[in-house]
Amino acid sequence: MYHARIRITLRPSILDPQGKAIEHAVASLGVGGVVGVRMGKYIEASIDAASEADARKTTDEICKKLLANPVMEDFTYELVRGE
Amino acid sequence: MMERKLKFGVVVFPGSNCDHDAHYAAQEIMGQQAVLLWHKDTDLQGADVVILPGGFSYGDYLRCGAIARFSPVMREVVKFASSGGTVIGICNGFQVLVEAGLLPGVLLRNASLRFVCRYVHLRVENAATRFTEKCLPHEVLSIPVAHGDGNYFADAETLRRLEGEGRIVFRYCDESGNPTEASNPNGSLANIAGIINGSGNVLGMMPHPERAVDPRLGHTDGRKILQSIIEYGIAGEHSFISAASGGR
Repeated sequence: MYHARIRITLRPSILDPQGKAIEHAVASLGVGGVVGVRMGKYIEASIDAASEADARKTTDEICKKLLANPVMEDFTYELVRGE
Repeated sequence: MMERKLKFGVVVFPGSNCDHDAHYAAQEIMGQQAVLLWHKDTDLQGADVVILPGGFSYGDYLRCGAIARFSPVMREVVKFASSGGTVIGICNGFQVLVEAGLLPGVLLRNASLRFVCRYVHLRVENAATRFTEKCLPHEVLSIPVAHGDGNYFADAETLRRLEGEGRIVFRYCDESGNPTEASNPNGSLANIAGIINGSGNVLGMMPHPERAVDPRLGHTDGRKILQSIIEYGIAGEHSFISAASGGR
């Protein structure tokens, strides 16, 4: 079994109003020094695959076809072998 | 003159909430036939026009429209659209169309981060489509929006193509038809409120024409869009050439 830890982030060219709102809330909190916030998604998927290469293939496929929308998002992930 | 009735198929996803409005608008107001198509259906019951209605399909999980796109009925809708069938996606339906790849771009969170629910003015940018034949070029329509994710975005190349091919059908504007920043309810690129595909048979728009059809509710500009679709459909395969590239 492999566990994919997938991060989906807005492309740098896409404005992130939610990130901006969080940034303003951080300022309201009185915490200084936070000069940028971008918000994304984190998804865990357990993948039953014979090899890491197969698990990678599956993860790539679900990221490209479903989890991320390439018009606005990028994805990265790491694969961990486990129970 | 209109003995033949057009059959509207309104798709119902779990979480759709404008499906009955669309059905009512097509059947009770416009006097056509309308059927509800369940998301698990694998045929369109012979519909002449498919409406993907507004709502929150699958709870907007993952991204708006991202899950609905994989519904069994969507395979049929994609087939129907590829063979030239008339498809209109309204609000969440527009989001489903971009996720399904039937229209380019994406609908992002409103720039204000607020859900916007009010009447807006729309300028008809292209009155030579099957969806806008009954409108005048640059006519200003009053139609409501109700969405949290209607901020249209596409890359520069896509925007150039949409502009060049006359595929921007509606733009948010002020009362006099000027597409100003103040009249843009959600931050959409170039004030885009609705676009069509290259062959002119698939329209996606954030505003709700089906909510502006009943005179008892004050606004009827949405009828012009439905009437355009109906007259195009009744006329059948007439020699309509859309202003979009290629036409039919």
